[in-house]
Amino acid sequence: MTDLATTEAPAGSIALADTDDSTARLHRNLFIALAALLVVAPFVAYPVFVMKVLCFALFAIAFNLLLGYGGLLSFGHAAYFGMASYVSAYTAKQWGLTPELAILLGTAVAALLGTVFGALAIRRQGIYFAMITLALAQMVYFFSLQTPRFTGGEDGIQAVPRGKFLGLFSLADDRALYWLVAAIFLCGVLMIYRIIHSPFGQVCKAIRDNEPRAISLGYRANRYKLMVFVLSATFAGLAGATKAIVFQLASLTDVYWTMSGEVVLMTLVGGLGTVFGPIVGAAVIVAMQNYLASLGSWVLVVQGVIFVACVLLFREGIVGVIAKWIRKPL
Amino acid sequence: MFELLGVPPQALFGQVLLGLINGSFYAILSLGLAVIFGLLNIINFTHGAQYMMGAFVAWMALNYLGLNYWAALIVAPIVVGAVGIAIERLLLRRIAHLDHLYGLLLTFGLALIIQGLFRNQYGSSGLPYAIPPQLSGGQNLGFMFLPNYRAWVIVASLVVCLGTWFLIEKTKLGSYLRAATENPTLTQAFGINVPLLVTLTYGFGVALAAFAGVLAAPIYSVNPNMGGDLIIVVFAVVVIGGMGSIMGAIVTGFALGLVEGLTKVFYPEGAATVIFVIMVLVLLVKPAGLFGRQA
Amino acid sequence: MKLKTLLATGLLAAVMASPAVAQQISIKAGVLNDRSGLYADLSGEGSVIAARMAVEDFKAADKGIKVEIVSADHQNKPDVGSTIARQWYDQDGVDLILDVPTSSVALAVSQITKEKNKILINSGAGSSDLTGKACTPNTIHWTYDTYALAQGTGGAMVKAGGDTWFFMTADYAFGQALERDATAVITKAGGKVVGSVKTPFPGTDFSSFLLQAQASKAKVIGLANAGGDTVNSIKQAGEFGITQGGQKLAGLLTFISDVHALGLQAAQGLVLTEAFYWDKDDQTRAWSQRFAKANGGKMPTMVQAGVYAGMLHYLKAVEAAKTKDTAAVVAKMKATPTDDALFGKGSIEANGRTIHDMYLYEVKKPSESKGPWDYYKLVSTIPGKDAFQPVAESGCNLPK
Repeated sequence: MTDLATTEAPAGSIALADTDDSTARLHRNLFIALAALLVVAPFVAYPVFVMKVLCFALFAIAFNLLLGYGGLLSFGHAAYFGMASYVSAYTAKQWGLTPELAILLGTAVAALLGTVFGALAIRRQGIYFAMITLALAQMVYFFSLQTPRFTGGEDGIQAVPRGKFLGLFSLADDRALYWLVAAIFLCGVLMIYRIIHSPFGQVCKAIRDNEPRAISLGYRANRYKLMVFVLSATFAGLAGATKAIVFQLASLTDVYWTMSGEVVLMTLVGGLGTVFGPIVGAAVIVAMQNYLASLGSWVLVVQGVIFVACVLLFREGIVGVIAKWIRKPL
Repeated sequence: MFELLGVPPQALFGQVLLGLINGSFYAILSLGLAVIFGLLNIINFTHGAQYMMGAFVAWMALNYLGLNYWAALIVAPIVVGAVGIAIERLLLRRIAHLDHLYGLLLTFGLALIIQGLFRNQYGSSGLPYAIPPQLSGGQNLGFMFLPNYRAWVIVASLVVCLGTWFLIEKTKLGSYLRAATENPTLTQAFGINVPLLVTLTYGFGVALAAFAGVLAAPIYSVNPNMGGDLIIVVFAVVVIGGMGSIMGAIVTGFALGLVEGLTKVFYPEGAATVIFVIMVLVLLVKPAGLFGRQA
Repeated sequence: MKLKTLLATGLLAAVMASPAVAQQISIKAGVLNDRSGLYADLSGEGSVIAARMAVEDFKAADKGIKVEIVSADHQNKPDVGSTIARQWYDQDGVDLILDVPTSSVALAVSQITKEKNKILINSGAGSSDLTGKACTPNTIHWTYDTYALAQGTGGAMVKAGGDTWFFMTADYAFGQALERDATAVITKAGGKVVGSVKTPFPGTDFSSFLLQAQASKAKVIGLANAGGDTVNSIKQAGEFGITQGGQKLAGLLTFISDVHALGLQAAQGLVLTEAFYWDKDDQTRAWSQRFAKANGGKMPTMVQAGVYAGMLHYLKAVEAAKTKDTAAVVAKMKATPTDDALFGKGSIEANGRTIHDMYLYEVKKPSESKGPWDYYKLVSTIPGKDAFQPVAESGCNLPK
């Protein structure tokens, strides 16, 4: 049931990649290109839009860590994303924390939540795992709805101050904030990349591909699963907390189940189990939401068609297809 | 104001009955979902949209063709079922060998397309659909006023659910179906046309959703979003009952309607969440659901 | 060929227009609302049509004001709405945003509008906070708010003898605000609230809550909910014989599009408050017929009418101020009494609240209706000064 990444996506072949020098070089060059793109982006595109893409890209990468490399399909990642964004918005607004502290605190809460939920969820597999995560996330949604003192109900926490970075540099200007968000994003991506290619990541992949075998080799599969779950929740939280500062807003949309669905979509469109896929996927989906906004109710139809086309034609996702062409894992 | 002990037993009785009636919608919908999952291994996320189509087809039949409610009860499932068969033949078949996830995504995409198209055509605030004159009014049961239509809903859904259960568990056709669920290759080797069986099963599951849609049309708002949020709840019902278990889906459907109904009395705000709480508890204690077999 | 004609007409227009005005002012207005979800019928494309009609009726081109209208779907999500608003203001040169239903999105857009010093003329959202504790010098709130709806439906119903109430409240901030405001009005008018129940939002089946409402024996059942929730609860109230049992249903936020969705059979007898009804007088009828022609036969809702009136008033202010500078235009808008075919005479208060009359309507019986969209009969008119919250009580501390 959990073998979806191995049978379809080219992820299975990534194990080979670590010994392959040319792939490592390619990845390094791609990261340099990505960094260059980040520097140029705010001058070419609208900074707030780029920041939105970055937040969702980080969210999708975090999700992909769990699904693509841990083989666990969570249908409740909105819980960590949304809760972190609430905490970060609340502490920045009510306690007057500086943005970096608010973001850290939000991330920490997501990690904590991920530990509790993960410990419950990893006891089941496949579709049941997905359903438990969904159900737990729905409870978080319910909690958010029922505590308007903290979350502001469906109005959300509005007018969150962007504050001053380290108490010194004002982030009110979009460009100033952009550099912080870009830095957070890049750090997040590099850390996840490190995790995937560390011995820990290798064991996770082994468990994903064949759990009984990994166990027989002496690995405590559940510990690894929990660890990867917590890491994924933490980075999802980092993305959510940053988003709250960017939009100066935390709302129920972030904890609703459709948000969990959206991140699955981003990951799949980009390419499951690829390093760069979720980034591309997030960019595509956010751009679609943004630029199709004037289409009205046709947006749904267009989105639906893309879903269907993705499943029928580009099952490996955009980056997955490219990886197949150049015969290198991306 | 409505404390636990403050509720008079008669009022509670009424709420139990109402809960069961709502449960009958869950039962029909989760039954369809369970049948489809059992044989196709696909989580049919289009189910909510197909339920909505059932209600809309009833409205169209009335307004364009002059067919009344009773005719719609037969026509709508056939029409929507036929659409379902087309979907299975043209799309789902291509991804049959893949993981569940792709089936889920494909059907989710289809649900978006259907919803979007209906919204474009009919707007989002909904369409009027009246209760058939034969069933308007109601009975005063002493403890509550029971609208005739609600009584009809519970009877109709019980008949359909038990009929389906009988068809699958007690007939020859049903035994083919169960065999194909267990081991499609072997069943095919015995000369049974499994692909046809798969197509018909999907069509049947979808027709059940449409039937529920027609049942819902006179009492719920007929709008393109009517199935959207329902699908998650119905999906939870199937999981609690045990994926693929026919009886599990039926019993759990009614039971959860009941639980939800009682929650509406004692803690109304929690009514939408109680099902998820139950789902977590059940899955942690009985991993395969209440009626499912552990693989 | 085509280019030539285009150039020619352009030149011609320029020649004809230039003597009339010293300089050309070009304005970009953004209609930001729900175009795909729950509120698409009551705002959506109709609001864009209404805004365009305002530009036509004002004859903006003849007065040297060039108006371009853009539109987008905020999907009822605050983050989507605020991204679009920022982008419009920062990048696309949008000068004002109109409509914005859904309170959470409206509050977010209102904050951004203040930050970017542009103008928001809100018609679609109901939160009275927009001109209350979250008020800004840049937001004008047209059409309605929870306070006015509560005044209309709550106050007038008590006066008509409906002095005991039971609330069915959608369990979210907006529903609770409606209930809170209405309760205050009802108690002040001498009525009593005997009970209430919070219903999960959004909900489908309300029969359980209706049974509780029925058991309360309250004379009026107040529906503090919106959209699909309202439609479902009214539909099921009919089924359970609530109105035949002598209890009245009062919709605290019910639009004509909801009544249209219900049909008169189900909606008859419902009492509700609106700021605008197409069949009110000759002027509204004439305007609405034109509107319906452009909108696929659908009559305007009060939200769409509010977009028209707000746009018109804005254009008048621009003409008078001879600039589109935000502070000058807002000052002019607040200083000039409002007057249009749809809402009649009114004014804009210091906190941005537009004051105009509100109306209490009852939905007709099927036998009383003469045809499609003939839905309401007038119960009473609530003068603007009674309908809306006085600035002093609003909690808004903007300087006059």
